Amino acid sequence: MKSTLVTSLVVATALAAPAANADTLRLLTWGGYAPEEVIAKFEAETGHTVEVTTSNNEEMIAKLRATNGGGFDLAQPSQDRITSAQEEFGIYKPMDMSKVNADLFIPSMLKATAGNTTFEGEVYGLPHVWGTSGLVVNTAQAGDVQDYTDLCDASVAGKVSYRLKRPTLIGFAYSMGLDPFAAYGDTAKYQDILNQVEAKLTDCKPNVKTYWGGGDEIKNLLRSGEVVASMAWDTGGWQLNADNPDITFVAPDSGALGWIDTFVLPARGRADDAAYDWINFVMRPDIAAMITNTAGNFTAAVDGDAGVSADLKARYQGSFDQSAIDNIKWYPPVPAGLEALEGATLDRINAAN
Amino acid sequence: MTSDTSKLGFYLLLAPIFLWLVLLIILPHIGLFMVSISEKIGPREYQTGFGNYATFFGEPLYWRTFARTAIMSILATALTLILGFPIAYYIAKLTRGRTKTTLFLMCMIPFWVSELVRTFGWMILLRETGVISTTLQSLGLISGPVELLYNDAAIMVGLVYTSILFMIVPLVTTLDSLDDSLIEAGYDLGGTTTSIMREIVIPHAMPGIVSGCIVVFMLSLGNYLTPILLGGKDSLWFTGMIYTQFITRFNWEFGSALGFLLLALSSAIVFLGLKMSRQSLSDTMGRT
Repeated sequence: MKSTLVTSLVVATALAAPAANADTLRLLTWGGYAPEEVIAKFEAETGHTVEVTTSNNEEMIAKLRATNGGGFDLAQPSQDRITSAQEEFGIYKPMDMSKVNADLFIPSMLKATAGNTTFEGEVYGLPHVWGTSGLVVNTAQAGDVQDYTDLCDASVAGKVSYRLKRPTLIGFAYSMGLDPFAAYGDTAKYQDILNQVEAKLTDCKPNVKTYWGGGDEIKNLLRSGEVVASMAWDTGGWQLNADNPDITFVAPDSGALGWIDTFVLPARGRADDAAYDWINFVMRPDIAAMITNTAGNFTAAVDGDAGVSADLKARYQGSFDQSAIDNIKWYPPVPAGLEALEGATLDRINAAN
Repeated sequence: MTSDTSKLGFYLLLAPIFLWLVLLIILPHIGLFMVSISEKIGPREYQTGFGNYATFFGEPLYWRTFARTAIMSILATALTLILGFPIAYYIAKLTRGRTKTTLFLMCMIPFWVSELVRTFGWMILLRETGVISTTLQSLGLISGPVELLYNDAAIMVGLVYTSILFMIVPLVTTLDSLDDSLIEAGYDLGGTTTSIMREIVIPHAMPGIVSGCIVVFMLSLGNYLTPILLGGKDSLWFTGMIYTQFITRFNWEFGSALGFLLLALSSAIVFLGLKMSRQSLSDTMGRT
């Protein structure tokens, strides 16, 4: 009698535990945000399987737009690109905060992201990984480059690279003493700022070796010494610093540009429970540290930096003192339609001779 | 009864190509056209009109980029023909048996790896710290590193390299079908090498030349990888522009209009080319 009970219990648990909520989580994220060992651990603990697609901000929105928010169960765009995409294409669904363990998040970041991703009274985003973009400089050869506009200096002619994308416009605007974020709401004023930046970047064009497109491309250019100063992400600089101590990330005088990548639920995602399980899993301090160690960027998890390697912490502190941290310009949500203006400006810079 | 079965057989055989055309070519193009004639006036608000096409013709940037792409593609086609013709002639006329197969195979081997890998190969060769630059330096021919990548010449090299096979294959086929005795007769009648080329070989090979040129031109015009990876800061390419509109600008409406314009303008260029070479499409495609 007793043994039957035990057997049936065992069978019941064996059947119920993984079968109760085993789903396939289709995750649309950035390279490094879902390391193999984290996925393996998650699959072992919850029984879900994870399929990862790596992408970038624009492609994430384009992919979700093509399917009206289907094909993926969890996406990770930056927080400034959520409300405009929701307004234009309706590709996300609101977060159910009751399913999220809010204690795992640093309260100030959770609140800031909630504020930035609120559309028509509903919160769409939770903070995950944050970082900055600024300058990656070979200090032995271009130690004078301290700000974005220094990239146009004659001393580094032909050995400079940046992207033709919106962060470049914003960074140069700040470096020229303008305040683009304050002008986000005023189209005419923003256009005026864009015109000034366009003139600057057109003048600067002969200095540029090439406009880089992908993270690996710029790392190759810097590693080979073909480029000595560029605009790039902090992690790229720190990774290169591990190979060549001369190259590192420099927070520009006018301020590094801060981004926060989030969790959002695509409108037609099928495995919401698995998505919430993933969020609550990766925000645990031990898992967050594993992600920081592979992605190179810190997370919004409470105590997430405890398990981070000492090397990475040292590089972070080398690039950011307290005043540089206070000076970070965090991207506010981009109003819908602003990107059309920026696009026209970027096209003209690209075509200018 | 027999006519019924043969009719059924005819329709069954027609079905795959018909489905292919309707589902994969015609329907997507209708959809693309519908998107291209909707103008965005606000978030989720659209109206029908030809504003996107007007933008293309109104903003010099866009049609200049198209003109640039078309001219560079024509140049790439001409270069491919100049390089490909002697190779094809050699393979078709001056070699026999095993040598012929080997040479033909050698032309094809590079195409067994993907275009991306081949383009990265060129990047390794041409870049400032690349193979050519370092070799020239170690030979003492140049004093400092030289940058060969990120310019229009690099794009041209890449385009010719990626498309030369599509020129050689039709040329070899048409040149193969030319009877050698015609060339011998030409010499017997006192013709020079130049006049035989001009009067006998080239007229015979014309359908192959034209079909090779059409394929290479279309491949170059529609190429995305090579111009993006090898080109520099001034090297705009029309397909790159379409990609930007779709992916980074979220402007599918304008992107679709550009796509349609690419289709229409490239067809117009091919049509003009056929008229100028006095070839018809059915001749060119039928004989190779």
